[in-house]
Amino acid sequence: MTIVNAIVQGIFLGAFYAVLACGLSIMFGVMRIINLAHGDIAVLGAYVVFVIVQSTGMSPFAAFIAALPVMIVLGYVLQLTILERSLKSGILTPLLATFGLSIVIQNLLLIRFSPDVRSLGGEAGAITTSSWQVTSGLSVSALGIVILVVAVVVFGALQLFLSRTRIGWMMRATAEDADAAELAGIDSRGMYARATALAVAIAALGGLFLAIRSVFDPLSGPTQLIFAFEAVVIGGMGNLWGTLLGGLALGVAQTVGAQVNPEYSALAGHLLFLAVLVLRYGGGRVSLRLAR
Amino acid sequence: MTLLRVEDLDCRYGLLQAVRGVSFEVAQGETVALIGANGAGKSTLLRAIAGAHRPHGGRVVFDGADVTSMPAHRHVSLGVALVPEGRRLFPSLTVEENLRVAEARRGRWNVQSVLEVFPLLQPRRHMAAANLSGGEQQAVAIGRALMSNPRVLLLDEVSLGLAPIVVDAVYRSLAGIISEGTTVLLVEQDLARALKVAGRVICVLEGRIVLEGEAASLDRDQVVNAYFGLKRPA
Amino acid sequence: MRVLRWTRTSRLFAGATVAIAVLLAAVPLVFESDVVQKLTNLLILVLLAAMWNALAGYGGLLSVGQQAFIGMGAYGTIFFAGFGVSPYPAMVMATVVAGVISVPISFLALRLRAAQFAIGMWVIAEAISILVRLDQNLGAGTGISLIQLNQYAPNFRQAYTFWLALGFTVMFLSALFFLLRSPLGLSLQAIRDDEDAARSLGVRIAARKRLLFVLAGFGCGAAGVLIGANTLFIEPGSIFSVQWSAYMIFMVLVGGLGTFEGPILGAILLFGIQTTFTQGGPWYLVGLGATAALFALALPRGIWGTIEERLGLRLLPVGYRVVETKGEERTA
Repeated sequence: MTIVNAIVQGIFLGAFYAVLACGLSIMFGVMRIINLAHGDIAVLGAYVVFVIVQSTGMSPFAAFIAALPVMIVLGYVLQLTILERSLKSGILTPLLATFGLSIVIQNLLLIRFSPDVRSLGGEAGAITTSSWQVTSGLSVSALGIVILVVAVVVFGALQLFLSRTRIGWMMRATAEDADAAELAGIDSRGMYARATALAVAIAALGGLFLAIRSVFDPLSGPTQLIFAFEAVVIGGMGNLWGTLLGGLALGVAQTVGAQVNPEYSALAGHLLFLAVLVLRYGGGRVSLRLAR
Repeated sequence: MTLLRVEDLDCRYGLLQAVRGVSFEVAQGETVALIGANGAGKSTLLRAIAGAHRPHGGRVVFDGADVTSMPAHRHVSLGVALVPEGRRLFPSLTVEENLRVAEARRGRWNVQSVLEVFPLLQPRRHMAAANLSGGEQQAVAIGRALMSNPRVLLLDEVSLGLAPIVVDAVYRSLAGIISEGTTVLLVEQDLARALKVAGRVICVLEGRIVLEGEAASLDRDQVVNAYFGLKRPA
Repeated sequence: MRVLRWTRTSRLFAGATVAIAVLLAAVPLVFESDVVQKLTNLLILVLLAAMWNALAGYGGLLSVGQQAFIGMGAYGTIFFAGFGVSPYPAMVMATVVAGVISVPISFLALRLRAAQFAIGMWVIAEAISILVRLDQNLGAGTGISLIQLNQYAPNFRQAYTFWLALGFTVMFLSALFFLLRSPLGLSLQAIRDDEDAARSLGVRIAARKRLLFVLAGFGCGAAGVLIGANTLFIEPGSIFSVQWSAYMIFMVLVGGLGTFEGPILGAILLFGIQTTFTQGGPWYLVGLGATAALFALALPRGIWGTIEERLGLRLLPVGYRVVETKGEERTA
């Protein structure tokens, strides 16, 4: 029974990773940028929620709603200052600039909030602790269900946005051919800014879940980035539903790995990631052609 | 009445100068053809007028307003739309979605009226653009530009890569659009077609205008000489 | 028109470089132990910067995971010393092992492009770090000391470490220098400038990138060995930290990506900043990160790259110069 429990817990963990990965996937899909500061932005979101909770006593979920406008504005600023400029230079520039940004965010958070580890699990109330014992070997937590449902809703909403709304079409058009999009009357700068704002907002949601289900500190960013990136790659870069599945796969790999030895958890995820890379990109020319 | 005026336009790619000191006007309702050999600078000129290429010098004035440094999407909202070379449709979007993303200004053009002008697209309405034939893609590309209800329609090499019979169909539809009074500036490799559809012809060579005149009054030899740069002044 | 390799300036400078290397050898005989330790750190930074530049500047490979090799070098030394090998030979062996391991890693990593390569290397570093953490013999998560070094008196230990550092730095810089001057080096510059064009001319891209990757593996392994020897205590959290990548990126971006002299300048700058702001801490890191980002966006050629471009100056003769017969010079 424990393996079934591990898989179920893995799905819950994976849903969390999927939310973290969603924003990274959006930015890559629309702009072909991997934002190395993505994890730190999620952690920044967690801190914004934390500050609101501390000063108003609101529940973290309500505080997140209040934090959203802040994060969205941040997304716009990020795009219009750093990312836009780096898009015009070479392929390496966005990576280098966002890496620098990552260091800046981590250390500014360190200065403001000290290295203390924090959590919002307590403030989130009963949801953090409630669970149902389905069978003797399987328990399902309320928080796990909530995150899973939210993940599916977020991905579903995004899918609908991109396939059914005019702005969604415009965003896809900009992603496929920004020059032709401009010629068709689409403000490509505006589209990129919207995409970044969306990515940052969803990253902040990831940060909220991180804060509630676990702990966070100013240097938690890189770990979240690595998991988010692994989820995106496992699911297939540029594939939205793939990111959700990739997140789930990563979560399951980690929890199953933990069954063997708790210290193997993250390592199992890394090995799955590397295995996917080998299968997709390794093995010589033949499999490359098949993959295309 | 002059709708579009290009003044002493200078366009570069790095150190390479593609357009040198080009000036001309297009009056409302006119159809003007830009002809010239490959690499003469015609596409660059159209792109500069559409706002997709920032000129190094000179001005583009549309309906009295200096639009030279505005981004392309602003040009579209003012009424200048370009059908780019190579169609450049959005592959994963359907025909209808490709058309609807370009909705910009009020006017007689919408999805329905575009499909009426290009009836071959009706059955393909919900098909992804990547799966269309060359002629169908060209129709969608033109339709996409029309969806913004432009006052000036720019067309870059719409006959490129298409079978003659398909090009005939495209130009028939174009004739209908022209007869409604739309101002058209088009780049066309096929001399015969250009002379047939246009009221005025401008010949470009190595980035400069070498010949300009009424299509009807120009003789064949004049055009060919200008096109290939023969008998240039010493 | 003539095509020159050596100009008067570069001849002077090459001579000066050899002289400096010889002079540096005398450092442990002249200065006190703590100064020697600091200068060893400077040499380590120079080595790291040069290696990261070899990857990114000449190979277009942006790695955020070179700390994998740094850690392998440091822990490799512990590993061999644990088997009774004398410390300094153990260090050489650890360097070799780190370089050798980079070969199979290259077969996976080099399949990846751009961002995937960058983060892929980071994941590999994390995976290796976890494996080390699980090994009790290597001190697990708490860290371990190279106690075998205690057999030497501190002055001697510091001197030997310095000379090893000097030796490694000179060796790897020379290797890179001669690599870049060779026909191989020219093809590397071609790859960096336009990979598709280079491929169409028959340049075997994969092999050349692998060469740079392995060189950087050796070099970063050597740096890791030196870091371990210079600080005596290593633990997985810091030796495998992505912070090392941050330092390398800073040095190379600020110094001058793709130039030979730039990374050295960047290392000297970082060393200067580190010694001035000995408190370290978050503000100094904020400055580093912001500066690196600013250079990436606004001054992509770095300080040296910009100087080189504006003044047409090149101190070390890595490229060619086309000289007009009238005596005017333009860089190739």
